[in-house]
Amino acid sequence: MEIKLEYCLLLAAALFCIGVYGLVTSRNAVRVLMSIELLLNAVNLNLLSFSNFLDPGAIKGQVFALFVIAIAASEAAVGLAIILAIYRNRETTDMEQFNLLKW
Amino acid sequence: MNLAEGVQIVSFGILAALVIATALGVVLLSNIVYSAFLLGGVFISIAGIYLLLNADFISAAQILVYVGAINVLILFAIMLVNKREDFTVIPKRWIRKAATGVVCVGLFLLLATMILITPWSLSATSPAVIDNTLIELGKHFFSDFLLPFELASVLLLMAMVGAIILARRDLIPDVQYEDPSVTALTLPERPRELTSVGTESSKLQ
Repeated sequence: MEIKLEYCLLLAAALFCIGVYGLVTSRNAVRVLMSIELLLNAVNLNLLSFSNFLDPGAIKGQVFALFVIAIAASEAAVGLAIILAIYRNRETTDMEQFNLLKW
Repeated sequence: MNLAEGVQIVSFGILAALVIATALGVVLLSNIVYSAFLLGGVFISIAGIYLLLNADFISAAQILVYVGAINVLILFAIMLVNKREDFTVIPKRWIRKAATGVVCVGLFLLLATMILITPWSLSATSPAVIDNTLIELGKHFFSDFLLPFELASVLLLMAMVGAIILARRDLIPDVQYEDPSVTALTLPERPRELTSVGTESSKLQ
């Protein structure tokens, strides 16, 4: 009995589905960003488990995971800045009221 | 990883349970501050799983970047934005939640079936063939992934400048200040009245 590839992939799939649920249903804009971080972590987990089990010699999955981490950092910074800017305009963080482009 | 297989599988089980539980807490709890701290728990547990997957450098980078930077940034954003507001009740909202739950469970079942029936061509070599992943990562970054590596640094710079531009207050376009302390590098900002804290700000709404 040892850690198998399927366990890691199942865990990553569960984390991804939880992230999608939070992304669609949450009404606070900051929580939407947190759900996006969950999605990116699930992708990273997939990359690292493939790198560990299918390609242990040249660990290219880890290289890609580092790129994902860098892009997630910049995404979080820009996303939170956008949330601050829109909070200053609308005085709320409710996703249902961010309908400037809708009507 | 030089651990016995029993130890590995037990710690993987504990970490996986922690990841799922804290991620559910992030999504389902109503208090956003609890969600932010539980998000840190998700990141730390995932770093532990990375250690089990022989990725020690990524694990350290995960803790440094996610817990140290992104989580703190999210907490700062919550503190800047957090106004206790009761969201207006939208009728038939439970339909949306139920439909999303059904779709997510279905997606998970689809992915699980796909994962379990696919014959993965596992590598024959042992995963612990590289004893120092940092050297191998450095070789990759400075040979075949050199251009994306440099582009990532430019991207981080652009994101930093863009975040500062987006998050600063409204600029006054044409007002000239005679104040000698204002140099050419400081853009004049429109002064913003300080909002009152706590219960009074919610009364204003």
